[in-house]
Amino acid sequence: MSVSWVLAIILVIGVVAFMVARLRAARLEPQAGVKQHSLPGYHGSYALILAIFPAIIFFGIWKATSPVYIDSAVWRSLPEQVRSASDANRSLTMGTIYTIGDGMRRLTPAELDQVRSGQADLKALFASRGVALASSGEAYMIPAAENYRSMSDSSSLWSAVGAILLSLAGAWLGLSGITLRRRARNNVERVMLWGLIAASTVAILTTVGIVLSMLFQTLTFFQSVPLSNFFFGTVWDPRFAAAGSGGATGQFGLIPLLAGTLYIALVAMLFAVPVGLFAAIYMSEYASRKVRSVVKPVLELLAGIPTIVYGIFALVTVGPLLRDISAALSGGQPFIMAQSVLTAGLVMGIMLIPFVSSLSDDIISSVPRSLHDGSLGLGATRSETVRNVILPAALPGIVGALLLTASRAIGETMIVVLAAGVAAKLTLNPGEAMTTITVKIVNQLTGDLEFTSPQTLVAFALGITLFVITLGMNVLALYIVRKYREQYE
Amino acid sequence: MTDIPFDQAGAVDAVAPPRRDIGIQRRYRAERRFRLYGLIAIGIGIFFLAALLFTVVRGGYTAFWQTSINLAVSFDPDVIDADGKRDSDPNVLATANYPLLARNALATKLGIDVDAEGNRAELRLLSGMISQGVRTQLRDMVLADPSIIGTTQNVWVLAAADVDSAHKGQIDLSVPESRRKVKDKQVGWMKTLTADGTMIERFNRGLFTFGASSRPETAGMGVALIGSLYMMLIVLVLALPIGVAASIYLEEFAPKNRWTDLIEVNINNLAAVPSIVFGLLGLAVFVNFAGLPRSASLVGGLVLTLMTLPTIIIATRAALKAVPPSIRSGALGIGASRMQTVFHHVLPLAAPGILTGTIIGLAQALGETAPLLLIGMVAFVADYPATPLDPATALPVQIYMWANEAERAFVERTSGAIIILLLFLAAMNLAAILLRRRFERRW
Repeated sequence: MSVSWVLAIILVIGVVAFMVARLRAARLEPQAGVKQHSLPGYHGSYALILAIFPAIIFFGIWKATSPVYIDSAVWRSLPEQVRSASDANRSLTMGTIYTIGDGMRRLTPAELDQVRSGQADLKALFASRGVALASSGEAYMIPAAENYRSMSDSSSLWSAVGAILLSLAGAWLGLSGITLRRRARNNVERVMLWGLIAASTVAILTTVGIVLSMLFQTLTFFQSVPLSNFFFGTVWDPRFAAAGSGGATGQFGLIPLLAGTLYIALVAMLFAVPVGLFAAIYMSEYASRKVRSVVKPVLELLAGIPTIVYGIFALVTVGPLLRDISAALSGGQPFIMAQSVLTAGLVMGIMLIPFVSSLSDDIISSVPRSLHDGSLGLGATRSETVRNVILPAALPGIVGALLLTASRAIGETMIVVLAAGVAAKLTLNPGEAMTTITVKIVNQLTGDLEFTSPQTLVAFALGITLFVITLGMNVLALYIVRKYREQYE
Repeated sequence: MTDIPFDQAGAVDAVAPPRRDIGIQRRYRAERRFRLYGLIAIGIGIFFLAALLFTVVRGGYTAFWQTSINLAVSFDPDVIDADGKRDSDPNVLATANYPLLARNALATKLGIDVDAEGNRAELRLLSGMISQGVRTQLRDMVLADPSIIGTTQNVWVLAAADVDSAHKGQIDLSVPESRRKVKDKQVGWMKTLTADGTMIERFNRGLFTFGASSRPETAGMGVALIGSLYMMLIVLVLALPIGVAASIYLEEFAPKNRWTDLIEVNINNLAAVPSIVFGLLGLAVFVNFAGLPRSASLVGGLVLTLMTLPTIIIATRAALKAVPPSIRSGALGIGASRMQTVFHHVLPLAAPGILTGTIIGLAQALGETAPLLLIGMVAFVADYPATPLDPATALPVQIYMWANEAERAFVERTSGAIIILLLFLAAMNLAAILLRRRFERRW
């Protein structure tokens, strides 16, 4: 019986239990002096919960664990000399056995007898049924495959029977005890609360998933590449992951990527911070309400544009423009490449303007009005008020906001993929192309993947480096902002 | 001011004392400068926004029209099925030389003799004017209705991409003929065809319906639209309930302790984690560990769900916070349980805010590219995905893929696709704003 059928049956049992329970609760005989504790709907929901949840949990656990059990059982049944082979061969052997086992379902009884007696050419026979065998298969695999087939058949049968029985039992439990004083609502609400708690742990699970998944791959990576080569290497040259080349790996130096990342982020911040900060100051200090109500949403439009669009803008418009301008200035040879630190930084800076301005705006407007009015009252001009009173007061918050912005600049991907270039160079010339961590993650992971080669795994090492850097900046920024807010609240 | 004699009676005719120079001129100049900097900053922001939108629209609006040629194609049985075996062999109709039919029709139109020996070169140029997509177009017509063989039908066929670009004036025709793809003869024919109304620009429906193709004129974003639609549905179905449930717990039920504090810090951090990291998570957990297929919109949807969750949680919590405590007290006071209070009273009142936040989160997810690149959605997918488990692409990924193509016609399509993406985003954000306007309550 297939998984979806079992789930559908359980669901039907649950819905029937819900309706019957609700009906029964509604038809309970009223008794003098006894008030009904729960509304009929809660009795129904309670029966539904009892009918569905234990059965689905049982089914899920069975489905998750049974392949592991079957795998080890089949493996133990294999001859000794096969088991003594290497680990890598194990997955190949088991894979072939599984394919044979599944493929045997498509054979006629006569063919099955042939297979059992070892007369059939397995590969040709299976190929005629649309099952591709990796290797030709060996004699010992036939009984193992049959063993596997019978075990998996009985496993799926028993899991289905068990789940449906459990569901029926739950429904019976929910239906049997319906009385006026049954506290169905409390039970239902307890389950709901657990559901809410489970939902809120998804956030934690995501973080744990991020860290663990990247950590495992990174550890595998560091088994083939020493730590110091990665963190202190100045050459990035991963070569291609040639099949079977095994030890012949390239060089994985983080330094040029990190330098490119930070350099581009720096250029972006140099552009975005003054523009964003001045825009925020103008809007909070000078602009009339009318101007503000128009300009603020318009600037925030910049934040709503997807980064891929900025990337194309850089690639198609800004890059060639900068190249042509620099060519005209120097009279021939352009000193800014179309793909360069400057192009990527400038366009990223445009993207960051709304972040800087809206974050700074929040922080500036949370400086108490009294400081502002006091300064104006003493005869300071508005700009003096901003420079000497508001900015110093808001400084920690602004630093936090800038850290958040910088972390976004470091983690930005699409703009640099399209506009920064792919050559991992160490240079100080902003007119040349440099590459970033995010670009290399994308480069290493598009195309064929091989989760055993360092060429693929290095992306996870880069990812965890990126994650740690941005996490550090975010935590610091959130801490500063929080601390600063408390100061004035 | 101490030098003003206080007791002097004739203060009126005293000379006005010199003002102490407190640099007021300088300070006002600084003030004006400062104000100007602010104006310049805002100007820069608006300028770049305008430049961005302008370049996209200028480069892309032409993509919505495609040059087509109206041909009277005669479905000649001698070309389609020279041996007369179409009843016994179904492959005959599927593999017939349909481009030849279109070429012959075009040749007839222009008065070129198909059979003359000396016209070989001209005929090759003629074939080059018609899109290769004509093969499937005519084949599908014949397969749908074999009785049209032997008749003549009026068919709109797409012009080849280079002809399309030339027709739209995007190819510089003053370059020497040998260095451009559209030859002088073809230009002459184009003029003839345009003059008698056979070659016109029609609305480019294919841009919305075709799948991936290496030929620009038959490349569209149909697959990407379906893929994005699947992903948005998955995000909506998963992220909205989980996000709302998590926010309800944190806002209404959670005790203030270290665990809930941790969750809170976590959510704020997740909102700031670079999107590409989510792509790595998806690749390692969903593809490598759980064994889900690469390039599937299910994986993309799951990754985007995790990314959107913090946005929805933050918006929902703000919406829940905005519901005044008196509502809760009132409900509790007349005997509702805490669960009933939240689900019957607080949540409905917070719904507009939650919806607004969800739409904004969805808009973010729709424009997100980087994580999708990692889980293999950069794929050449020509057929519509039937389920979320089939390979698909997404709108922004399609833009990225077209941006890497060299041909002129793909540049136009890239911008066209950006316009469509931006229109979607604008519509979603507009919906969010309208919802807020319509349902927002001030307590």
